Amino acid sequence: MIEAFEILFTASFWVAAIRIASPLIFATMGELICERAGVLNLGIEGIMVVGAFAGWLTVYMGGDLWFGVAVAALAGAAFGLLHATLTVPLGLSQHVVGIGITLLATSLTYFTYRIVLPEVTSPPRIEPFQPLPVPLLSDIPVVGPALFNQTPLTYLAFATVAVVAWVLYRTPLGLAVRAAGENPSAVEAQGISVNAVRMGAVMVGSALMAIGGAFLTMSAFNSFFFEMINGRGWICIALVVFGSWRPGKALLGAILFAAFDAYQVRLQQLTGGVVPYQLFLMMPFVLSILALVVMSRRAAYPKALMIPYQKGER
Amino acid sequence: MRLEAKPAPTLAVTLLFPLGAVVVTVVLSSLLVLAAGASPFSVFGLVVKGAAGSPFALVETLTRATPLIFTGLAVAVAFRAKLWNIGAEAQLYAGAVITVVLGTGALPLPALVLIPLLMIVSMVAGGLLLLGPAILKTRFGVDEVVTTLLLNFIMLLFVSMLLEGVLKDPMGLGWPQSQRVVAEARLPRLVQGWRLHAGFLIAVLAAVAVWVVMKKTTLGYEMRAVGQNAEAARFAGIPVNGVLMKTAFLSGGLAALAGFSEVAGLKGNLTLDLSPGFGYTGIVVAMLAMLNPLGVVLAAIFVAGIFVGADAMSRTAGVPSYIAEVMVATALLTMVVAIMLTRFRVRWR
Repeated sequence: MIEAFEILFTASFWVAAIRIASPLIFATMGELICERAGVLNLGIEGIMVVGAFAGWLTVYMGGDLWFGVAVAALAGAAFGLLHATLTVPLGLSQHVVGIGITLLATSLTYFTYRIVLPEVTSPPRIEPFQPLPVPLLSDIPVVGPALFNQTPLTYLAFATVAVVAWVLYRTPLGLAVRAAGENPSAVEAQGISVNAVRMGAVMVGSALMAIGGAFLTMSAFNSFFFEMINGRGWICIALVVFGSWRPGKALLGAILFAAFDAYQVRLQQLTGGVVPYQLFLMMPFVLSILALVVMSRRAAYPKALMIPYQKGER
Repeated sequence: MRLEAKPAPTLAVTLLFPLGAVVVTVVLSSLLVLAAGASPFSVFGLVVKGAAGSPFALVETLTRATPLIFTGLAVAVAFRAKLWNIGAEAQLYAGAVITVVLGTGALPLPALVLIPLLMIVSMVAGGLLLLGPAILKTRFGVDEVVTTLLLNFIMLLFVSMLLEGVLKDPMGLGWPQSQRVVAEARLPRLVQGWRLHAGFLIAVLAAVAVWVVMKKTTLGYEMRAVGQNAEAARFAGIPVNGVLMKTAFLSGGLAALAGFSEVAGLKGNLTLDLSPGFGYTGIVVAMLAMLNPLGVVLAAIFVAGIFVGADAMSRTAGVPSYIAEVMVATALLTMVVAIMLTRFRVRWR
């Protein structure tokens, strides 16, 4: 019992928690941007698969790590463009299109994997991002290794939250994005195209989701394998609701969630196989549903979420 | 650009659009075949041959279509009422689990009693599983897409736990698989020596039954009314939440029948790979059928043909069989565009 409590004070636990949080932070910010502009992006799961593969493949083919991240982001944005074209100007069901994008992105990735690597039994590896300790700060006990001895991509994840929050709340662009999700006709009244804002938001958001996927193959692990996203995208959708569509709160939610995930892995080792391991693996998904239910009463959905906009219509 | 509503299309036009979607899908996937270094003509020739080129191939396609008819119906029923059930995969496994729990010797009953009983209990299990997200939707406003998706993962882990625990076959050489169901619980083969089983007939009957419910009953009318405009339906005195509950129960039950029929008709036992995504493919089937229950049968056979044909093709032509998944996903997206084009005219200005 004491041991279960002591885990919380070990540096390795918090290092793992922040590492697990990083891809979730990218993807949650991506989904948050889309939803703030009024578009639910259920392509997230498939776009993360694409990002994971595209980034990894670029490096495997001899590209630079940061070039790999850029390629992943571009691939994500491309699927974002497809999603946005179908849902924004054409106004198709965001549910059906999102699921379709996830199915398409996932199957295209697997198809391409088989074309590029027809005869491999074990997935080939790349040299992933290495931890980059921040001088002095990384020497602080527990907090130091957790926050200041991570890979550059983790630092980028935290920076992304700051940038997204700043753009959303402190710039005219952010105002336009938020208004597109709350009161689209007000945006149009300013002479700004609602559909352009929404399409841009979906593309940028999808690029972030793809970087989240790339984190897994280029920082957390060093190879690509099937089923590696394993529902992380869906969890991020729950995290956006949990964070009430606010970047800071969503960040907190992602870290809390990741800490829980890191904790259950350690608890699993502690219980020594008495409790079926599947129960532990279920916890993230159960927790996501619980979070949705608990937050539902206070959930302030963007008012125009999932409502296509037609100029001059009320 | 603007979208303008246009008058309801004639039946002929309506049927032309899915055809158009399929043609676009084939053209787009030809590009992938070219990228794989093969000739689209020979590859698609092999796909067609593998799906329908011989009596054996055709029977194999119908066998594969059986679970897709059930999951396609489940999605069609739910989507018609705008209940976004993406959890057919989990409901399928709920039906399969119940079939194995009660069908491996727990109930000493003759086949004529046992099989209908297993079907009913499976449907109840699947129906109850979807009631959860439906209640969360109506009571708390929680999006059912996310909850049903998350439940798929929970259910698969739950099945894995059962197969390594209480349901594990002691004679299974350590594999995570259940015992086989008793002979009285097995659905008979339709043709001796072939894999096609009575589940296919049940699926077709289910499609007809769902068609009757949707077109000829008050419930069907209410479901369509709720799907078209929940506010207006409520104003007209339709108990919207009650209708959504009934829809959820029916939809979950239909998906569970897929699990029942795969265990009782085809596999005989439960494993973790019972369904290679039949629940998700059901969404494509339902959309290709434009949510028409009878169309679901045709769409399921078509989609099953792609999968069976692509499997056969990849063995000889060397193009990865994932081309089938790509084609099915592309068909889903082209189909939603096609459906929109039957209702709206796009004006560029």
